[in-house]
Amino acid sequence: MAREPGVVPAQVAHDRLAALAEQRRVAAGSRFWRRLRAERKAMLGLLLVGVLALLAVFGPAIAPYHPDADDFGLFQPPSLSHPMGTDSFGRDLLSRMIVGTRISFTIGILAALSAMVTGVLLGLLAGFYGRWVDSLIMRFIDLLWAFPVIVLTVGMVAIFGAGARNVVIAIALAYLDDFARVVRAEVLRLREEDFTLAARAVGAGNLRIMFRHILPNTAAPIIVQTTFAVGLGILAESGLTFLGLGVDPSTPTWGLALNEGRDFVRQAWWISVFPGLAIMLTVLSLNLFGDGLRDALDVRTVSEAE
Amino acid sequence: MTQYIVRRLIHSVFIVWGCATLVFFMIRLIPGDPVLQMLGPEYTPEAAEALRHKLGLDQPIYVQYLKWFSSVLRGDLGDSIATGETVVGAIKTGFPKTLSITVLSFLIALAIALPAGIVAALRRNSVIDYLVSILAFAGVSMPGFWFGIILIILFAVQLRWLPAVGYASLTQDGFWPWLSHLLLPSLAVGTGYAAILMRFVRAGLLEVLGMDYVRTARAKGLAEWTVIARHALRNALIPVVTVAGIQLALLLSGTVVIETVFSIRGLGRILVGAIFDKDYPIVQGVILLIAVIFVMANLIVDIIYTFLDPRIRYG
Repeated sequence: MAREPGVVPAQVAHDRLAALAEQRRVAAGSRFWRRLRAERKAMLGLLLVGVLALLAVFGPAIAPYHPDADDFGLFQPPSLSHPMGTDSFGRDLLSRMIVGTRISFTIGILAALSAMVTGVLLGLLAGFYGRWVDSLIMRFIDLLWAFPVIVLTVGMVAIFGAGARNVVIAIALAYLDDFARVVRAEVLRLREEDFTLAARAVGAGNLRIMFRHILPNTAAPIIVQTTFAVGLGILAESGLTFLGLGVDPSTPTWGLALNEGRDFVRQAWWISVFPGLAIMLTVLSLNLFGDGLRDALDVRTVSEAE
Repeated sequence: MTQYIVRRLIHSVFIVWGCATLVFFMIRLIPGDPVLQMLGPEYTPEAAEALRHKLGLDQPIYVQYLKWFSSVLRGDLGDSIATGETVVGAIKTGFPKTLSITVLSFLIALAIALPAGIVAALRRNSVIDYLVSILAFAGVSMPGFWFGIILIILFAVQLRWLPAVGYASLTQDGFWPWLSHLLLPSLAVGTGYAAILMRFVRAGLLEVLGMDYVRTARAKGLAEWTVIARHALRNALIPVVTVAGIQLALLLSGTVVIETVFSIRGLGRILVGAIFDKDYPIVQGVILLIAVIFVMANLIVDIIYTFLDPRIRYG
């Protein structure tokens, strides 16, 4: 069957475009790994995050004692058998710190992922459809932004009650605006790119363009932002739990240990020192990794873009 | 310019109204009846009914909203359920404390971030630069309230230089008691903020140092210090002002938690206490005030920004 030169059936055009994009993504992927390995910060961060992740997974098996065992004597200073000392209930602090890794990571990751999914979706819709959809979504984002994180989370927990699930929701709500802004800015740029036009020309619908063509191209800033958000989530959780508004007080968490240690700073400094170090090390690892990722992926984050 | 300021003002009013509305309806979602809380052991169905009527809680929600909103406009935020004092009164006792900590933290942050960022940029890739970078990373990664506890252990418990908790009034107790109670909490909040700022000071200065006008200034034979202070730094600090504004929320957040650490009854402590007491009017009033302060501060920063950088014109 004779065909006009240069005219390709829509399906073939779709496939070619997709194959091209796939090739480009694979090439970008291997370039990314090369650059990431060259980032010392990123590799150090990744190593530390990896070790902490192992602790989070195998914590209860690794911990020298059961986190709730309380027959070691009250306020024992750090020693060989209890490297971080014991707390006001006579429990081994090291074991509680190790077991607490899992809770901190779980809450941080869940909060970051929830913030990412909602924020990305809102940013995508706002940037893609523009006009009143954009106004509506961005005014909502402005509203969220007008509340300092801790005020927003404290307020949310006041309304829905404490507990891990509500803490995750509150933290996600507090950080989703960053995602929405980053993605919206990217979409506004990508919407005008030739490949979007090409996709539209071969008959792709709005949903297809949004999720198959635009979204994959916003992956880099989203990944970087998510890494930072996990750290911010862990910090926010520790703050809420410290205030007594966080997870259930029967779960051994770093924030809870700080809350319990506060009244005993005069006789037992170790109860307050070690949980904070645990939080700092974790968030530091995530920040190092995120920072290295950002350099390797060559993206700008919200605060710098503004 | 005027047009831009007016537009920003209108936008800010809208945001504040949105915040107020959001807070009003959110508070109504809180489970638990405040009337039960207030009556405690004196609860009878009749007493509850009477109290509900007195507080206007038996009216439809939109009537409650309109009433609340019109009294907010008149500067009346209602009365505390727990103590009976007016919300405005409670805010008046808490606000000076929160403001003192916030302002002092900001000054401390600048005192740390400016020199550290400048030295790091001028001695790029030196030991000092790496040290500043490590400190900045550590600063943004630690919980500010934990650093506050560490400061208490160090300076109050071990060295006994400064009081561990509490607050002294500037007007009644004098300058030193006031400052000595504020130093540790402000240091705790200010350090985290400084960690963010110094990275931007460094980055801003590095960018500017490569500019033609800096080279011109050097070529004119100006002293290195004049080049840095008069030509480079002034331009490098413009983005820092924006970051300072955006991150102001962080300073306020930090203050809210640090007040609990140091048992200072500022807005944050009042807010957290009110949440435990289900004291709606206080929660409402304090959250609203914090949102207003934050929105206003950012408006001011944006306006300062246009003055600092004449290239910026908001159409």
